[in-house]
Amino acid sequence: MSTPSPANDRPKIRLRDVRKSFGSKVVLDGIDLDVGKAESLVVIGGSGSGKSVLLKCILGLLDPDSGVIEIDGQNVVGLPRAEREAFMHKFGMLFQGGALFDSLPVWENVAFGLIQGEGMDRVKAREVALTKLAQVGLGEDVSRLSPAELSGGMQKRVSLARAIATEPEIIFFDEPTTGLDPIMADVINDLIVKCVRELGATAMSITHDMASARKIADRVAMLYHGRIIWEGPVGDIDASGNDHVDQFIHGRAEGPIEMAIRRE
Amino acid sequence: MNPLARIGAAFLAFLSAIGRIGMFTATAVSHCVRPPFYANLLLRQFLEIGYYSLPVVGLTTLFTGMVLALQSYTGFSRFSAEGAVATVVVLSMTRELAPVLAGLMVAGRVGAAIAAEIGTMRVTEQIDALTTLSTNPFKYLIVPRLLGATISLPLLVLIGDIIGVFGGYLVGVYKLDFNQGAYIHSTIQYLERMDVISGLVKAAVFGFFVALMGCFHGFHSRGGAQGVGAATTNAVVSASILILIANYTITELFFAR
Repeated sequence: MSTPSPANDRPKIRLRDVRKSFGSKVVLDGIDLDVGKAESLVVIGGSGSGKSVLLKCILGLLDPDSGVIEIDGQNVVGLPRAEREAFMHKFGMLFQGGALFDSLPVWENVAFGLIQGEGMDRVKAREVALTKLAQVGLGEDVSRLSPAELSGGMQKRVSLARAIATEPEIIFFDEPTTGLDPIMADVINDLIVKCVRELGATAMSITHDMASARKIADRVAMLYHGRIIWEGPVGDIDASGNDHVDQFIHGRAEGPIEMAIRRE
Repeated sequence: MNPLARIGAAFLAFLSAIGRIGMFTATAVSHCVRPPFYANLLLRQFLEIGYYSLPVVGLTTLFTGMVLALQSYTGFSRFSAEGAVATVVVLSMTRELAPVLAGLMVAGRVGAAIAAEIGTMRVTEQIDALTTLSTNPFKYLIVPRLLGATISLPLLVLIGDIIGVFGGYLVGVYKLDFNQGAYIHSTIQYLERMDVISGLVKAAVFGFFVALMGCFHGFHSRGGAQGVGAATTNAVVSASILILIANYTITELFFAR
């Protein structure tokens, strides 16, 4: 067995003491998290626990108040915009609502990153888009439609095809199964696992759908009150020994997690 | 909260808004002169803002020119100055009415549409998606609209000037029985190049403000459909106010003795 090099040991994504507040509301309260190369980490947590903010901080859509976010060993917090944009080439993102561009047909949505981000010729980009659409089970007939003409499940598939079109090193999934029926949710989960494996990409997902988490995760981390309160292999989650995790994965109303039903 | 604190809070909020608009404008303008440029998107904005606004601007200026001829005739006839009607129509249209009315009409039509489109993209995370696809939202969304409106509004106003003057001519010749040749002669006689140029400069500034307010309020909209609705209203109201303020300022710069 070969000795792993320091570069191989280095996490693909590394967060240390990441903090973010909006006014007096503390959303991220010192997050420490590592995601290894080609690993699939799922962050679980209730609504409003800060999962989306965490993802947006890593993506650079929000600036953390303090802390370190390293991608391939380089701290990306506070990078100038041009350098930050260069990092975006490493990322793919599946948004919760799809976030498909209404004004463009499906194939142009999928090819957008290739045409605008990488300057690929439109004809070639269309061919790549059709291949990616086929990978998520959509035919050429769908490629000419407008996103508004698609069902929720199809929009998620197109969004997944767009996320993998540029063959990114890291793919983020924001609530990939929210709003889908259980069968379509399972189809999307299978597609995520397949696409991530084929690309050899690192995946970071946020969800509160435990069926989805169990299917797509190598490792799970739970976010509660802006902190990671438990993390471990997905196989250990049923024996985590953490009351918060137990309550969350079994969906019990009673337990240490109190849902915010009033404005603080 | 006591009244003084309220006034202070409102003033601070006002200063904060000015600061945010200033930073947004500086960022947008800096992207106007740095590549990459999206020529096809700029062309589309020329169509959306310029070409599709032609009917509304044409109708507005036509009837304004007509009513101006009618009103000035009834007013001037009281002191036997009917001969000034053509001059009043052409000066009023080129200096003031065509740019201001076209600006206000475009603020209602285009400013609202820009705010609604960009606002919807904001609340549905399409703007975040642009960023993750290595595309700068300022270059892709804001710059084409700013340049499109700034360049196409003067062209619209130039056409509006001609249509408005033609409206005055129709009323003058066919209703008020002016001699055709005399009316045209009066129209041209006192018209100076600076009258037209000042109107076109105003139009460019108004176009910039309309697109800027639409983009700014859309880009910062929050909270779903209600937020997009508020952004649309704010875009039209703020653009209209800025047009009226800028109109006085530019007139002062051009014509104050």
